[in-house]
Amino acid sequence: MSIEVVNLVKSFGAVPVLEGINLHVRNGELVALLGPSGSGKTTLLRIIAGLDWPEQGTVRFDGEDALQRTIRERNVGFVFQHYALFRHLNVYENVAFGLRVKPRAHRPSESEIAAQVEKLLELVQIKWLAHRYPNQLSGGQRQRVALARALAIEPRVLLLDEPFGALDAKVRKDLRRWLRALHGEINVTSLFVTHDQEEALEVADRVVVLNHGRIEQIGTPEDVYDRPASAFVHDFIGESITLPVDVAAGQVSFDSRVLALDPQGTPAGAARLFIRPYDVSLVSPADALLQGTVKHVKAFGPNLRVEVELLRDSKEAIALEVQARRDERIQTGQMIGLKPERYRIFALPDDSATVPPA
Amino acid sequence: MSVMDATQLRVAYQQRTKPKAAQDRPFVRWAIISVAVAFLAIFIVLPLIAVFAQAFSKGFSAYAAALAEPDAQAAIRLTLIIAAISVTINLVFGLVAAWAIAKFEFTGKSLLVTFIDLPFSVSPVVSGLVFVLLFGAQGLLGPWLQAHDIEIIFAVPGIVLATLFVTFPFVARELIPLMQQQGTQEEEAALSLGASGLSTFFRITLPNVKWALLYGVLLCNARAMGEFGAVSVVSGHIRGETNTMPLHIEILYNEYQFIAAFAVASLLALLAVVTLLAKTLLERRIGSAKRGVH
Repeated sequence: MSIEVVNLVKSFGAVPVLEGINLHVRNGELVALLGPSGSGKTTLLRIIAGLDWPEQGTVRFDGEDALQRTIRERNVGFVFQHYALFRHLNVYENVAFGLRVKPRAHRPSESEIAAQVEKLLELVQIKWLAHRYPNQLSGGQRQRVALARALAIEPRVLLLDEPFGALDAKVRKDLRRWLRALHGEINVTSLFVTHDQEEALEVADRVVVLNHGRIEQIGTPEDVYDRPASAFVHDFIGESITLPVDVAAGQVSFDSRVLALDPQGTPAGAARLFIRPYDVSLVSPADALLQGTVKHVKAFGPNLRVEVELLRDSKEAIALEVQARRDERIQTGQMIGLKPERYRIFALPDDSATVPPA
Repeated sequence: MSVMDATQLRVAYQQRTKPKAAQDRPFVRWAIISVAVAFLAIFIVLPLIAVFAQAFSKGFSAYAAALAEPDAQAAIRLTLIIAAISVTINLVFGLVAAWAIAKFEFTGKSLLVTFIDLPFSVSPVVSGLVFVLLFGAQGLLGPWLQAHDIEIIFAVPGIVLATLFVTFPFVARELIPLMQQQGTQEEEAALSLGASGLSTFFRITLPNVKWALLYGVLLCNARAMGEFGAVSVVSGHIRGETNTMPLHIEILYNEYQFIAAFAVASLLALLAVVTLLAKTLLERRIGSAKRGVH
């Protein structure tokens, strides 16, 4: 089933939470809503589910207005952040719940319920836990129960709120691969909320990056990582080195020195230069306009992490960390030149709070 | 053999490593415990024993006769009726109020919470007088009630009203913290799975609070049966008609019928003991229900 969100607006009292969200999720797609806390991602998910209502805008499921329906009628599978398992029911009864509360006419028989529950528990690989209670399960097991319970009603769409948020790192990695594989198997349109970029990039077909109630970018994981549409996205996803620069007359200057960089169509004025730490070449100071002192060198896997203090005439120095190959000879205290190989330049947004000042 | 050796080793190890400061000083511990036990014995256990001793002081037949006496029977019956009515109404009210307070945000919520506690802070005599002022012959609605031949004060309806007022915090007070702690996620999950509001209430909300609810009902019942002050003001003390057990006990006592007074009192005392036992059991269940929160 496809989901279409048109111009959604929502606020809590005087605080705007969503400011005009437009989003189209195709049938069978697995989409991540990625953003920092307070970006409105969970509210968006709850509105799509029917747990919250917007002030303006439309939500359509397969073209029909979903806002006319309550959560009960929308047939969505919702997996809560803290699972919200029914604590007084065992795993079997938790999964069977959605089948037992169906209207009498559609309610399956006891043997059909048993078969269905068994099938679901097998799908999420916890058949052996059927008679345990929620408080006897680990976080990862609860997550699987929550998923099986949501899938029991054969939802048209699966919505997951921070599905791996409450798990430890190892379980998290396993579970997200497993969720990716599961989605391939059942192929139900799915939307999940996360603040973890790694999770979004690894699991989702497409990533929606949210900030302050607005969509910054929608794209494949490669898109948002390699071609970030805004300063916020570049900063939020992956590691970035950022430098304050000025754009004037088609030239980019840092600390009153003109750098041989393309302004990439950025309008004149204050701007910000973004570079991935591995997209910088370390050269001799004479060959680069960005120069600094090496403060610290540490080996990290196949790379070196080099802390450099970039010198400025006008203001205090800027500390940044770049990556170099292990075989490069770099010593603490030496002067070094930095040459950006790939970079992006974005005009400073009006709301400069989104980018931490250097 | 090796198992035993291991156990012995562990015990020896624990004894050796227990820090000195953590070891209780026997005298201090003994003193604290005996003060607590003595206090309980003098102020609670002794009076309780005295009630039963007095009740049975002229033998079991005198005790049985005192309870079989028609006025005593009427008082017991009335007390049971009053308790049944007020506990049922407060059960519903308590659930609704706790539900509203724990699961919704609305204006006047803190005011409602304050009003729920009001009967705890008001003297029972005042609680009774309020109803006399409202429904009594000289009261606000008195003339209208008289004109329509409706009796409230010095009749059963007045006693029910006073008891309701005095006991209405018990159920709500037990439920509110538990419901607030449990939040609304399980209900939301049930709705998302297609359950109706009613079905969600009976399948999810009620089972989650059942032990706390039972505990609240128990306390509510104990107070409903034992209430003296408020009921005394509105009852009129008509023997065989508007006397509840506590009022009946007082009348008997004032008439120097000690055996009969203590016989009826022993029933109320028994109720207290049973309530305490049930409370202890329930607290264990509530404790494990709370630990179930993840």
